[in-house]
Amino acid sequence: MLARFRALRSDLATVTAVGRDPFGVAFDAILSATEAILDGKRVLLLGTNNYLGLTFDQDCIDSAVAAIMAQGTGTTGSRIANGTYGGHAALEQRLARFLGRRHAMVFTTGYQANLGTLSTLAGRGDHLLLDADSHASIYDGAKLGNAQVTRFRHNDPDDLRRRLRLLADQPGEKLIVLEGIYSMLGDTAPLREMVKVKREAGAWLLVDEAHSVGVLGAHGRGLAEAEGVEADVDFVVGTFSKSLGAIGGFCAFDLDDFGALRVAARAYMFTASLPPSIIASVFQAIEAMEAQPQLRDILRRNGQHLHAGLAAAGFALGAKPSPIVSLPMPDSETAIRFWNQLLDAGVYTNLALGPATPGGRPLLRMSVSAALTPDQIDTAIAALTQTGQRLGLIAVGMAAAE
Amino acid sequence: MSDKQLVLREIMGALEELGKRPVSVTMETSLLHDLSLDSVTALDFIMQLETRLDIIIPMDGMAEIETIGDLVGVLTRSTSKAA
Repeated sequence: MLARFRALRSDLATVTAVGRDPFGVAFDAILSATEAILDGKRVLLLGTNNYLGLTFDQDCIDSAVAAIMAQGTGTTGSRIANGTYGGHAALEQRLARFLGRRHAMVFTTGYQANLGTLSTLAGRGDHLLLDADSHASIYDGAKLGNAQVTRFRHNDPDDLRRRLRLLADQPGEKLIVLEGIYSMLGDTAPLREMVKVKREAGAWLLVDEAHSVGVLGAHGRGLAEAEGVEADVDFVVGTFSKSLGAIGGFCAFDLDDFGALRVAARAYMFTASLPPSIIASVFQAIEAMEAQPQLRDILRRNGQHLHAGLAAAGFALGAKPSPIVSLPMPDSETAIRFWNQLLDAGVYTNLALGPATPGGRPLLRMSVSAALTPDQIDTAIAALTQTGQRLGLIAVGMAAAE
Repeated sequence: MSDKQLVLREIMGALEELGKRPVSVTMETSLLHDLSLDSVTALDFIMQLETRLDIIIPMDGMAEIETIGDLVGVLTRSTSKAA
Protein backbone atom coordinates (compact mmCIF):
# COMPACT_ATOMS: atom_id res chain seq x y z
CA MET A 1 0.00 0.00 0.00
CA LEU A 2 2.70 2.48 0.95
CA ALA A 3 5.26 1.17 -1.53
CA ARG A 4 4.81 4.13 -3.84
CA PHE A 5 6.19 6.41 -1.11
CA ARG A 6 9.56 4.65 -1.23
CA ALA A 7 11.21 7.48 -3.19
CA LEU A 8 9.68 10.10 -0.89
CA ARG A 9 10.88 8.19 2.18
CA SER A 10 14.35 8.03 0.72
CA ASP A 11 14.31 11.80 0.05
CA LEU A 12 13.18 12.45 3.61
CA ALA A 13 15.92 10.15 4.95
CA THR A 14 18.48 12.23 3.03
CA VAL A 15 17.09 15.40 4.61
CA THR A 16 17.00 14.02 8.16
CA ALA A 17 20.44 12.38 7.88
CA VAL A 18 21.98 15.84 8.28
CA GLY A 19 20.26 16.47 11.62
CA ARG A 20 16.69 17.14 12.65
CA ASP A 21 13.56 16.46 10.66
CA PRO A 22 12.67 19.96 9.39
CA PHE A 23 9.13 18.84 8.67
CA GLY A 24 8.57 17.30 12.09
CA VAL A 25 9.87 19.89 14.55
CA ALA A 26 8.10 19.45 17.91
CA PHE A 27 8.41 22.38 20.29
CA ASP A 28 8.47 21.72 24.05
CA ALA A 29 6.65 24.98 24.68
CA ILE A 30 5.63 28.19 22.92
CA LEU A 31 6.61 31.14 25.10
CA SER A 32 5.36 34.07 23.05
CA ALA A 33 4.78 35.18 19.46
CA THR A 34 8.56 35.24 18.99
CA GLU A 35 10.05 32.57 21.25
CA ALA A 36 9.68 28.86 21.96
CA ILE A 37 11.51 26.05 23.74
CA LEU A 38 12.92 23.32 21.52
CA ASP A 39 14.92 20.39 22.93
CA GLY A 40 15.15 22.27 26.23
CA LYS A 41 16.63 25.37 24.57
CA ARG A 42 15.11 28.79 23.94
CA VAL A 43 14.76 29.55 20.21
CA LEU A 44 13.82 32.69 18.33
CA LEU A 45 10.90 32.15 15.96
CA LEU A 46 11.61 33.55 12.53
CA GLY A 47 9.28 31.37 10.51
CA THR A 48 5.75 31.71 11.85
CA ASN A 49 3.76 34.02 9.50
CA ASN A 50 2.58 35.57 12.79
CA TYR A 51 2.89 38.97 11.12
CA LEU A 52 1.19 41.14 13.71
CA GLY A 53 2.12 38.98 16.69
CA LEU A 54 -1.51 38.64 17.76
CA THR A 55 -1.36 35.01 18.94
CA PHE A 56 -0.69 36.23 22.48
CA ASP A 57 -2.85 39.37 22.33
CA GLN A 58 -4.61 39.47 25.72
CA ASP A 59 -7.93 40.68 24.31
CA CYS A 60 -7.96 37.89 21.70
CA ILE A 61 -7.18 35.31 24.39
CA ASP A 62 -9.87 36.71 26.71
CA SER A 63 -12.47 36.64 23.91
CA ALA A 64 -11.59 33.05 23.04
CA VAL A 65 -11.81 31.97 26.68
CA ALA A 66 -15.16 33.70 27.18
CA ALA A 67 -16.55 32.05 24.03
CA ILE A 68 -15.37 28.59 25.02
CA MET A 69 -16.88 29.00 28.50
CA ALA A 70 -20.19 30.19 27.10
CA GLN A 71 -20.55 27.99 24.00
CA GLY A 72 -18.30 25.00 24.48
CA THR A 73 -15.29 23.64 22.67
CA GLY A 74 -16.66 22.95 19.21
CA THR A 75 -19.60 22.94 16.83
CA THR A 76 -19.27 19.20 16.13
CA GLY A 77 -20.42 19.57 12.54
CA SER A 78 -20.87 21.73 9.49
CA ARG A 79 -23.05 24.82 9.36
CA ILE A 80 -25.48 23.25 6.91
CA ALA A 81 -26.03 20.31 9.26
CA ASN A 82 -25.47 21.70 12.76
CA GLY A 83 -26.46 25.28 12.13
CA THR A 84 -24.76 28.63 12.21
CA TYR A 85 -23.73 30.02 15.59
CA GLY A 86 -24.18 33.72 16.24
CA GLY A 87 -20.43 34.20 16.08
CA HIS A 88 -20.13 32.77 12.56
CA ALA A 89 -22.60 35.26 11.10
CA ALA A 90 -21.22 38.16 13.16
CA LEU A 91 -17.67 37.40 12.01
CA GLU A 92 -18.76 37.28 8.37
CA GLN A 93 -20.41 40.68 8.72
CA ARG A 94 -17.40 42.11 10.58
CA LEU A 95 -15.02 40.78 7.97
CA ALA A 96 -17.12 42.17 5.12
CA ARG A 97 -17.17 45.56 6.84
CA PHE A 98 -13.40 45.48 7.35
CA LEU A 99 -12.78 44.60 3.71
CA GLY A 100 -15.38 47.02 2.36
CA ARG A 101 -17.33 44.17 0.72
CA ARG A 102 -21.01 43.36 0.84
CA HIS A 103 -20.59 39.76 1.90
CA ALA A 104 -18.08 37.33 3.32
CA MET A 105 -18.15 33.59 3.73
CA VAL A 106 -16.05 31.91 6.41
CA PHE A 107 -14.34 28.55 5.87
CA THR A 108 -12.68 26.29 8.42
CA THR A 109 -9.17 26.82 7.03
CA GLY A 110 -7.52 29.04 4.46
CA TYR A 111 -6.79 25.95 2.41
CA GLN A 112 -10.49 25.11 2.35
CA ALA A 113 -11.36 28.70 1.40
CA ASN A 114 -9.46 28.25 -1.86
CA LEU A 115 -10.65 24.70 -2.29
CA GLY A 116 -14.30 25.66 -1.87
CA THR A 117 -14.21 28.94 -3.75
CA LEU A 118 -12.20 27.93 -6.81
CA SER A 119 -13.79 24.53 -7.30
CA THR A 120 -17.28 26.02 -7.16
CA LEU A 121 -17.02 29.51 -8.67
CA ALA A 122 -15.64 28.27 -11.96
CA GLY A 123 -17.68 25.38 -13.33
CA ARG A 124 -17.64 23.15 -16.38
CA GLY A 125 -16.99 25.23 -19.49
CA ASP A 126 -15.38 28.05 -17.50
CA HIS A 127 -11.68 28.86 -17.35
CA LEU A 128 -9.36 29.33 -14.40
CA LEU A 129 -6.12 31.17 -15.09
CA LEU A 130 -3.58 30.54 -12.32
CA ASP A 131 -0.25 32.21 -11.68
CA ALA A 132 2.45 29.54 -11.98
CA ASP A 133 3.69 30.19 -8.42
CA SER A 134 0.24 29.76 -6.87
CA HIS A 135 -0.10 28.12 -3.47
CA ALA A 136 -0.99 24.42 -3.39
CA SER A 137 -4.50 25.25 -2.14
CA ILE A 138 -5.16 27.17 -5.38
CA TYR A 139 -3.95 24.29 -7.53
CA ASP A 140 -5.96 21.84 -5.45
CA GLY A 141 -9.09 24.01 -5.62
CA ALA A 142 -8.73 24.13 -9.38
CA LYS A 143 -8.22 20.37 -9.54
CA LEU A 144 -11.32 19.69 -7.47
CA GLY A 145 -13.54 21.65 -9.86
CA ASN A 146 -14.51 21.14 -13.48
CA ALA A 147 -13.19 24.31 -15.10
CA GLN A 148 -10.40 24.22 -17.67
CA VAL A 149 -7.21 25.26 -15.90
CA THR A 150 -4.49 27.32 -17.55
CA ARG A 151 -1.25 28.27 -15.85
CA PHE A 152 0.50 31.51 -16.78
CA ARG A 153 4.05 32.67 -16.05
CA HIS A 154 4.55 34.05 -12.58
CA ASN A 155 3.79 37.78 -12.35
CA ASP A 156 3.75 38.12 -16.14
CA PRO A 157 0.82 40.24 -17.39
CA ASP A 158 1.88 39.74 -21.02
CA ASP A 159 1.73 35.96 -20.71
CA LEU A 160 -1.68 36.25 -19.05
CA ARG A 161 -2.85 38.53 -21.87
CA ARG A 162 -1.58 36.09 -24.50
CA ARG A 163 -3.43 33.21 -22.88
CA LEU A 164 -6.65 35.17 -22.55
CA ARG A 165 -6.35 36.06 -26.24
CA LEU A 166 -6.04 32.37 -27.11
CA LEU A 167 -9.11 31.65 -24.99
CA ALA A 168 -11.11 34.61 -26.31
CA ASP A 169 -13.18 32.52 -28.71
CA GLN A 170 -13.99 29.88 -26.15
CA PRO A 171 -17.27 30.22 -24.27
CA GLY A 172 -17.41 30.34 -20.48
CA GLU A 173 -16.33 32.74 -17.78
CA LYS A 174 -12.65 33.44 -17.22
CA LEU A 175 -11.42 33.78 -13.65
CA ILE A 176 -7.88 35.03 -13.03
CA VAL A 177 -6.33 33.96 -9.72
CA LEU A 178 -3.45 35.89 -8.13
CA GLU A 179 -1.89 36.23 -4.71
CA GLY A 180 -1.22 39.50 -2.90
CA ILE A 181 2.11 38.33 -1.50
CA TYR A 182 3.59 35.06 -2.75
CA SER A 183 4.52 33.00 0.27
CA MET A 184 7.87 31.58 -0.73
CA LEU A 185 9.76 34.70 -1.86
CA GLY A 186 7.56 37.44 -0.46
CA ASP A 187 7.15 39.13 -3.84
CA THR A 188 3.86 40.87 -4.72
CA ALA A 189 1.69 40.59 -7.82
CA PRO A 190 1.91 43.48 -10.34
CA LEU A 191 -1.74 44.07 -9.60
CA ARG A 192 -2.36 47.26 -11.58
CA GLU A 193 -1.05 45.69 -14.79
CA MET A 194 -2.98 42.50 -14.09
CA VAL A 195 -6.17 44.53 -13.58
CA LYS A 196 -5.61 46.16 -16.96
CA VAL A 197 -5.42 42.72 -18.59
CA LYS A 198 -8.50 41.59 -16.68
CA ARG A 199 -10.48 44.60 -17.93
CA GLU A 200 -9.36 44.13 -21.55
CA ALA A 201 -10.49 40.50 -21.49
CA GLY A 202 -13.69 41.03 -19.53
CA ALA A 203 -12.51 38.41 -17.04
CA TRP A 204 -13.11 38.07 -13.30
CA LEU A 205 -10.33 38.51 -10.75
CA LEU A 206 -9.74 36.69 -7.47
CA VAL A 207 -6.86 37.76 -5.23
CA ASP A 208 -5.67 35.54 -2.42
CA GLU A 209 -4.53 38.01 0.24
CA ALA A 210 -3.51 35.29 2.75
CA HIS A 211 -0.10 36.85 3.38
CA SER A 212 -1.09 40.47 2.70
CA VAL A 213 -4.17 41.11 4.86
CA GLY A 214 -2.94 42.98 7.92
CA VAL A 215 0.34 43.57 6.14
CA LEU A 216 -0.29 45.79 3.09
CA GLY A 217 -2.56 48.79 2.51
CA ALA A 218 -3.25 51.81 4.72
CA HIS A 219 -5.92 49.84 6.57
CA GLY A 220 -4.39 46.39 6.17
CA ARG A 221 -6.83 45.21 3.52
CA GLY A 222 -4.02 43.84 1.42
CA LEU A 223 -2.31 44.43 -1.91
CA ALA A 224 -5.49 45.55 -3.69
CA GLU A 225 -5.87 48.37 -1.19
CA ALA A 226 -2.17 49.27 -1.42
CA GLU A 227 -2.41 49.44 -5.22
CA GLY A 228 -5.76 51.26 -5.23
CA VAL A 229 -7.55 48.61 -7.32
CA GLU A 230 -10.02 47.08 -4.87
CA ALA A 231 -12.96 47.91 -7.15
CA ASP A 232 -11.45 45.69 -9.84
CA VAL A 233 -10.98 42.68 -7.56
CA ASP A 234 -14.15 40.59 -7.61
CA PHE A 235 -13.25 38.05 -4.93
CA VAL A 236 -10.86 38.33 -2.00
CA VAL A 237 -9.72 35.09 -0.40
CA GLY A 238 -7.73 35.04 2.82
CA THR A 239 -6.88 33.28 6.01
CA PHE A 240 -7.16 33.81 9.75
CA SER A 241 -3.99 31.83 10.40
CA LYS A 242 -1.41 34.51 9.70
CA SER A 243 -1.95 38.17 10.68
CA LEU A 244 -5.10 37.24 12.60
CA GLY A 245 -3.28 34.64 14.68
CA ALA A 246 -5.75 31.74 14.66
CA ILE A 247 -7.08 29.41 11.95
CA GLY A 248 -9.78 29.65 9.30
CA GLY A 249 -10.30 31.22 5.91
CA PHE A 250 -12.70 33.43 4.02
CA CYS A 251 -13.91 34.67 0.68
CA ALA A 252 -15.32 38.22 0.46
CA PHE A 253 -17.21 39.67 -2.50
CA ASP A 254 -19.98 42.04 -3.62
CA LEU A 255 -22.21 39.61 -5.53
CA ASP A 256 -25.60 39.12 -3.88
CA ASP A 257 -26.33 35.69 -5.32
CA PHE A 258 -23.08 34.25 -4.03
CA GLY A 259 -24.96 32.58 -1.15
CA ALA A 260 -25.64 29.55 -3.35
CA LEU A 261 -22.04 28.59 -2.71
CA ARG A 262 -23.03 27.67 0.83
CA VAL A 263 -24.94 24.72 -0.56
CA ALA A 264 -22.57 23.98 -3.43
CA ALA A 265 -19.00 24.31 -2.12
CA ARG A 266 -17.99 20.90 -0.81
CA ALA A 267 -15.11 22.31 1.27
CA TYR A 268 -17.70 24.42 3.13
CA MET A 269 -20.49 21.88 3.35
CA PHE A 270 -18.70 18.71 4.34
CA THR A 271 -16.46 19.87 7.16
CA ALA A 272 -17.07 21.05 10.70
CA SER A 273 -17.36 24.80 11.14
CA LEU A 274 -14.92 26.84 13.21
CA PRO A 275 -15.34 26.51 17.00
CA PRO A 276 -16.66 29.51 18.97
CA SER A 277 -13.28 30.25 20.58
CA ILE A 278 -11.58 30.70 17.21
CA ILE A 279 -14.43 32.79 15.85
CA ALA A 280 -14.20 35.02 18.93
CA SER A 281 -10.43 35.47 18.80
CA VAL A 282 -10.50 36.25 15.06
CA PHE A 283 -13.27 38.80 15.61
CA GLN A 284 -11.14 40.43 18.30
CA ALA A 285 -8.01 40.24 16.12
CA ILE A 286 -9.79 42.27 13.41
CA GLU A 287 -10.58 44.86 16.07
CA ALA A 288 -6.94 44.86 17.19
CA MET A 289 -5.70 45.13 13.61
CA GLU A 290 -7.93 48.16 12.99
CA ALA A 291 -7.15 49.81 16.32
CA GLN A 292 -3.38 49.39 16.01
CA PRO A 293 -2.25 50.46 12.54
CA GLN A 294 1.19 51.02 14.06
CA LEU A 295 1.66 47.22 14.09
CA ARG A 296 1.90 47.36 10.30
CA ASP A 297 4.57 50.06 10.49
CA ILE A 298 6.59 48.02 12.99
CA LEU A 299 6.19 44.95 10.79
CA ARG A 300 7.40 46.88 7.74
CA ARG A 301 10.39 48.22 9.68
CA ASN A 302 11.21 44.74 10.97
CA GLY A 303 11.13 43.34 7.43
CA GLN A 304 13.40 46.14 6.22
CA HIS A 305 15.72 45.63 9.21
CA LEU A 306 16.20 41.92 8.51
CA HIS A 307 16.50 42.44 4.75
CA ALA A 308 19.06 45.25 5.12
CA GLY A 309 21.09 43.32 7.70
CA LEU A 310 21.32 40.25 5.50
CA ALA A 311 22.09 42.28 2.37
CA ALA A 312 24.87 44.09 4.27
CA ALA A 313 26.26 40.71 5.33
CA GLY A 314 26.57 39.82 1.66
CA PHE A 315 23.58 37.54 1.15
CA ALA A 316 21.91 37.65 -2.25
CA LEU A 317 18.23 38.25 -1.57
CA GLY A 318 15.52 37.57 -4.11
CA ALA A 319 12.65 39.95 -3.53
CA LYS A 320 12.37 43.52 -2.27
CA PRO A 321 12.04 44.03 1.51
CA SER A 322 8.84 42.47 2.81
CA PRO A 323 7.74 40.57 5.93
CA ILE A 324 8.91 37.44 4.10
CA VAL A 325 12.65 37.25 3.60
CA SER A 326 14.00 34.25 1.70
CA LEU A 327 17.59 33.28 1.13
CA PRO A 328 18.11 31.29 -2.07
CA MET A 329 20.37 28.31 -1.33
CA PRO A 330 22.80 26.85 -3.88
CA ASP A 331 21.56 23.28 -3.34
CA SER A 332 19.34 21.22 -1.04
CA GLU A 333 22.24 19.85 1.00
CA THR A 334 23.49 23.35 1.87
CA ALA A 335 19.93 24.46 2.63
CA ILE A 336 19.44 21.55 5.05
CA ARG A 337 22.77 22.17 6.77
CA PHE A 338 22.06 25.91 6.98
CA TRP A 339 18.65 25.29 8.55
CA ASN A 340 20.10 22.84 11.11
CA GLN A 341 23.06 25.01 12.08
CA LEU A 342 20.81 28.03 12.44
CA LEU A 343 18.58 26.09 14.79
CA ASP A 344 21.66 25.05 16.77
CA ALA A 345 22.35 28.78 17.06
CA GLY A 346 18.82 29.30 18.42
CA VAL A 347 16.97 30.61 15.36
CA TYR A 348 14.01 28.76 13.85
CA THR A 349 13.31 29.34 10.15
CA ASN A 350 11.47 27.43 7.43
CA LEU A 351 13.32 25.07 5.13
CA ALA A 352 11.63 25.13 1.72
CA LEU A 353 12.66 22.54 -0.86
CA GLY A 354 11.52 21.84 -4.40
CA PRO A 355 9.08 21.19 -5.89
CA ALA A 356 7.23 23.45 -3.40
CA THR A 357 9.47 26.42 -4.27
CA PRO A 358 9.60 28.61 -7.41
CA GLY A 359 11.69 26.79 -10.01
CA GLY A 360 12.26 23.99 -7.46
CA ARG A 361 15.15 25.99 -5.95
CA PRO A 362 15.82 25.42 -2.22
CA LEU A 363 15.17 28.35 0.09
CA LEU A 364 15.70 29.31 3.67
CA ARG A 365 12.48 31.16 4.29
CA MET A 366 11.91 33.59 7.11
CA SER A 367 8.95 35.72 8.10
CA VAL A 368 9.11 38.57 10.56
CA SER A 369 6.54 39.63 13.13
CA ALA A 370 5.65 43.03 14.55
CA ALA A 371 6.29 41.41 17.92
CA LEU A 372 10.03 41.02 17.19
CA THR A 373 12.27 43.57 18.85
CA PRO A 374 15.20 45.21 17.01
CA ASP A 375 17.55 43.30 19.34
CA GLN A 376 15.96 39.99 18.39
CA ILE A 377 16.38 40.82 14.69
CA ASP A 378 20.03 41.75 15.27
CA THR A 379 20.52 38.42 17.05
CA ALA A 380 18.99 36.63 14.05
CA ILE A 381 21.14 38.57 11.56
CA ALA A 382 24.29 37.69 13.55
CA ALA A 383 23.36 33.98 13.63
CA LEU A 384 22.50 33.96 9.92
CA THR A 385 25.74 35.77 9.06
CA GLN A 386 27.90 33.38 11.08
CA THR A 387 26.16 30.36 9.57
CA GLY A 388 26.44 31.79 6.07
CA GLN A 389 30.15 32.41 6.56
CA ARG A 390 30.73 28.95 8.01
CA LEU A 391 29.06 27.37 4.99
CA GLY A 392 30.97 29.60 2.58
CA LEU A 393 27.87 31.34 1.24
CA ILE A 394 29.14 34.79 2.13
CA ALA A 395 32.61 36.17 2.63
CA VAL A 396 33.91 36.62 6.17
CA GLY A 397 34.08 40.28 7.14
CA MET A 398 31.63 41.39 4.44
CA ALA A 399 29.34 43.09 6.97
CA ALA A 400 32.24 44.96 8.52
CA ALA A 401 33.33 46.23 5.11
CA GLU A 402 29.92 47.77 4.39
CA MET B 1 7.45 21.39 -42.19
CA SER B 2 4.81 19.14 -40.64
CA ASP B 3 3.20 19.99 -37.30
CA LYS B 4 5.02 17.06 -35.77
CA GLN B 5 8.43 18.17 -37.04
CA LEU B 6 7.75 21.71 -35.85
CA VAL B 7 6.72 20.44 -32.43
CA LEU B 8 9.82 18.23 -32.15
CA ARG B 9 12.07 21.14 -33.08
CA GLU B 10 10.48 23.29 -30.39
CA ILE B 11 10.78 20.50 -27.81
CA MET B 12 14.50 20.22 -28.52
CA GLY B 13 14.84 24.00 -28.27
CA ALA B 14 12.95 24.11 -24.98
CA LEU B 15 15.05 21.26 -23.57
CA GLU B 16 18.18 23.13 -24.53
CA GLU B 17 16.87 26.25 -22.81
CA LEU B 18 16.30 24.15 -19.72
CA GLY B 19 19.86 22.81 -19.94
CA LYS B 20 18.45 19.30 -20.19
CA ARG B 21 19.32 18.27 -23.70
CA PRO B 22 20.30 14.61 -23.57
CA VAL B 23 22.44 12.81 -26.15
CA SER B 24 19.36 11.51 -27.88
CA VAL B 25 15.65 11.92 -27.47
CA THR B 26 13.21 9.34 -28.73
CA MET B 27 9.45 9.13 -28.56
CA GLU B 28 9.91 6.75 -25.61
CA THR B 29 12.10 9.14 -23.59
CA SER B 30 10.44 9.63 -20.20
CA LEU B 31 10.19 13.19 -18.88
CA LEU B 32 10.50 11.99 -15.29
CA HIS B 33 12.99 9.14 -15.50
CA ASP B 34 15.20 10.03 -18.47
CA LEU B 35 15.10 13.81 -18.37
CA SER B 36 14.72 14.05 -14.57
CA LEU B 37 11.93 16.61 -14.80
CA ASP B 38 10.00 16.62 -11.53
CA SER B 39 6.31 17.55 -11.54
CA VAL B 40 6.90 21.30 -11.33
CA THR B 41 9.83 21.39 -13.77
CA ALA B 42 7.70 19.43 -16.23
CA LEU B 43 4.93 22.04 -15.90
CA ASP B 44 7.45 24.83 -16.51
CA PHE B 45 8.83 22.96 -19.50
CA ILE B 46 5.36 22.62 -20.99
CA MET B 47 4.76 26.31 -20.29
CA GLN B 48 7.84 27.14 -22.37
CA LEU B 49 6.47 25.07 -25.22
CA GLU B 50 3.10 26.79 -24.95
CA THR B 51 4.86 30.13 -25.42
CA ARG B 52 7.03 28.89 -28.30
CA LEU B 53 4.06 27.43 -30.17
CA ASP B 54 1.54 30.10 -29.05
CA ILE B 55 -0.92 27.52 -27.79
CA ILE B 56 -2.53 26.53 -24.50
CA ILE B 57 -2.34 23.06 -22.97
CA PRO B 58 -5.01 22.85 -20.24
CA MET B 59 -3.63 21.37 -17.03
CA ASP B 60 -5.91 18.36 -17.12
CA GLY B 61 -4.36 17.45 -20.48
CA MET B 62 -0.92 17.35 -18.88
CA ALA B 63 -1.66 14.32 -16.71
CA GLU B 64 -1.41 12.02 -19.72
CA ILE B 65 2.06 13.27 -20.69
CA GLU B 66 4.74 10.82 -19.58
CA THR B 67 7.01 10.54 -22.61
CA ILE B 68 8.24 12.79 -25.39
CA GLY B 69 5.85 10.87 -27.66
CA ASP B 70 2.88 11.80 -25.42
CA LEU B 71 4.04 15.39 -25.45
CA VAL B 72 4.38 15.46 -29.23
CA GLY B 73 0.84 14.05 -29.49
CA VAL B 74 -0.71 16.66 -27.18
CA LEU B 75 1.21 19.55 -28.72
CA THR B 76 0.46 18.47 -32.29
CA ARG B 77 -3.26 18.26 -31.55
CA SER B 78 -3.24 21.71 -29.96
CA THR B 79 -1.17 23.21 -32.77
CA SER B 80 -3.58 21.87 -35.39
CA LYS B 81 -6.54 23.26 -33.42
CA ALA B 82 -4.89 26.68 -33.18
CA ALA B 83 -4.13 26.81 -36.90
